[in-house]
Amino acid sequence: MSVAGFDLHETQKGWCLHTTGSWSLGDGLVDLDNKLRQFADRTKGKELVIDLSEIESLDTAGALMLQRTMRSCPERDEQAGENALYGFEQVSGGQRNLLEAASNNLQPCEVEHHRGSAFIAVLERVGRGTEDALHEFLRLVSYLGEVLVGLWTVFSHPKRLRVPPIVHHMEESGLNATLIVGMMSFLIGAVIAFMGATVLAQFGAEIFVVELIGITVLREFGVLLTAILIAGRSGSAFTASIGSMKLREEIDAMEAMGIDPMDALVLPRLIAMVFVLPALTFMATMMGLIGGGLVAWLSMDITPALFLTRMQDIIVVSNFLVGMVKAPFFAFAISIIGCYQGMRVEGSAEALGRHTTISVVQSLFAVILLDAMFAVFFMELNI
Amino acid sequence: MSRKPQRTLKTPKPGEPIIEIEGLKTGFGSQVIHDDLDLTINKGEIIGIVGGSGTGKSVLLKAIIGLVKPRAGEIRIFGENVLTMSEKEHRAIDRRLGVLFQDGALFSAMTVAQNVMAPMREHLDISTRLATEIASMKITLSGLPFSAATKYPSELSGGMRKRAGLARALALDPDIVFLDEPTAGLDPIGAAQFDDLIVNLKDSLGLTVFMVTHDLDSLHRACDRIAVLAEKKVRAVGPLDEVRQTDHPWIREYFSGPRGRAALASADMAPSVQEDGHDGGGRQKQKVE
Repeated sequence: MSVAGFDLHETQKGWCLHTTGSWSLGDGLVDLDNKLRQFADRTKGKELVIDLSEIESLDTAGALMLQRTMRSCPERDEQAGENALYGFEQVSGGQRNLLEAASNNLQPCEVEHHRGSAFIAVLERVGRGTEDALHEFLRLVSYLGEVLVGLWTVFSHPKRLRVPPIVHHMEESGLNATLIVGMMSFLIGAVIAFMGATVLAQFGAEIFVVELIGITVLREFGVLLTAILIAGRSGSAFTASIGSMKLREEIDAMEAMGIDPMDALVLPRLIAMVFVLPALTFMATMMGLIGGGLVAWLSMDITPALFLTRMQDIIVVSNFLVGMVKAPFFAFAISIIGCYQGMRVEGSAEALGRHTTISVVQSLFAVILLDAMFAVFFMELNI
Repeated sequence: MSRKPQRTLKTPKPGEPIIEIEGLKTGFGSQVIHDDLDLTINKGEIIGIVGGSGTGKSVLLKAIIGLVKPRAGEIRIFGENVLTMSEKEHRAIDRRLGVLFQDGALFSAMTVAQNVMAPMREHLDISTRLATEIASMKITLSGLPFSAATKYPSELSGGMRKRAGLARALALDPDIVFLDEPTAGLDPIGAAQFDDLIVNLKDSLGLTVFMVTHDLDSLHRACDRIAVLAEKKVRAVGPLDEVRQTDHPWIREYFSGPRGRAALASADMAPSVQEDGHDGGGRQKQKVE
């Protein structure tokens, strides 16, 4: 087989195109495309004969290009009409089928060119982004309302409360996360102690490392880091599991059976999370103190006994409570966003991935926003 | 001219073997699916693979296209053993195969047109304009409206996804097309149209079609030969009427069950589609029993 090509002859009436070689995609048909287009532009309005006597083979792409050339001007297209073989000569049986298939399926295709000012495009993107963010916020708030109503109905009819799934999710998001949460808090406590030691030593105030560790870990880091870790770990898992159920029509099946997905899927996760996150926070706080205390002991010779006495003297209970009271709110935000994004999954597996990412980003943002609001609140209250 | 690797493959003439399977053995873990299975597929035919659930119809398809590694045996496509060839040679073979997976297996992040263009862009240095034109042709050739080209797979119905998958399988004008249950989940009219479409495409493009199916009507309408898988082997192979006579419990039950009888009765009465075929609608042929 040889490479595709064509010869042109001008005849009395118009043009004659002799095809040569193998007109299939693997044989250099692609390189012929531009030449053939130029030829088609040149012969607009003239008569054209395409002679297939010397063609070696033809595939659908070749048939398409020949048919496109034949019908490139309205005059020829009109004359050809339904006749797929109009203007073709020496056509064999198989080629006839291909040419018919090509003429029946010839589509006018214009490749789109994006034009217009880049500045306008940027403005448009900004506008759309803002509008989307606003809509997303409103939908989230309305979903929050839905969940609150669901909670109210469940607690007013305690029989509808599903205990086994709650316990399951407590294990999944709580118990199974203890190792990673504990280790991380321990290390963070140690890091704070090290940092404090180097800075405070310059002022000869090493002993204040106890306050540093106590206040930061109890008030902020214990709860905040736990919430961040759980948002990445369990919030994304909520979105992924609910989202994949949505994709496989399991949610539709539930509704058809009269099971409310809110009762069966969302509330157990939410309730489990609200119980489990404070527990994890408590553990994380303790681990943070242990990590900090250990570093203080090893690098600054503050014995555990001294550490604990000082801790009791200055660290009031309110610091501990300030940290703990934030945990259920964070849990609420993480699980609502996780479930909401899961319910938003539609169509394809790609949407599932996108919503899982959005879920993590949104819940991290929500956790930090809530934390900032709590900080302002407690400052006003002088706690 | 630059000689491309696929040119070194010889193309069999119509009627000559295009796929030869000898002594194929496949399995997962301790489970053996095929044992010493032989099958020859000739160029230009539509072969229907039938068999009960779990007899390894789809596994056979996957073994041929190289997605499942057999434990023993030989598979030759275009006369070359695909099990011993290098990765590069295998890609040259892959270029000439088209596969329609059960639910279309379209890339969800791309529109239908982009899906059809994907194999062209991968294997050819092609301009967007020509690729778009070819893709649009394959899309309407597969029986989809032109407007479907810009839609995403998630916006299509199951039947449309299959047609889009077929359009993608046809993108590079393959010699062999593998269809995994092409009519499953389609309504009877849609399924019959799909069968006609396959026969039509076979006639006009000279395809060889390997079709895994459960659909008795498809066997009548579309298939030239049928291979029955049972007990880890090909139990019977040949034209439908021949296979029907085989004395094997599963085959007897398959063809003489209520659905089998109904399909046979309707096929005997209605015009069948084994010969001619290039004129899509007006196909008339009496089948002599």
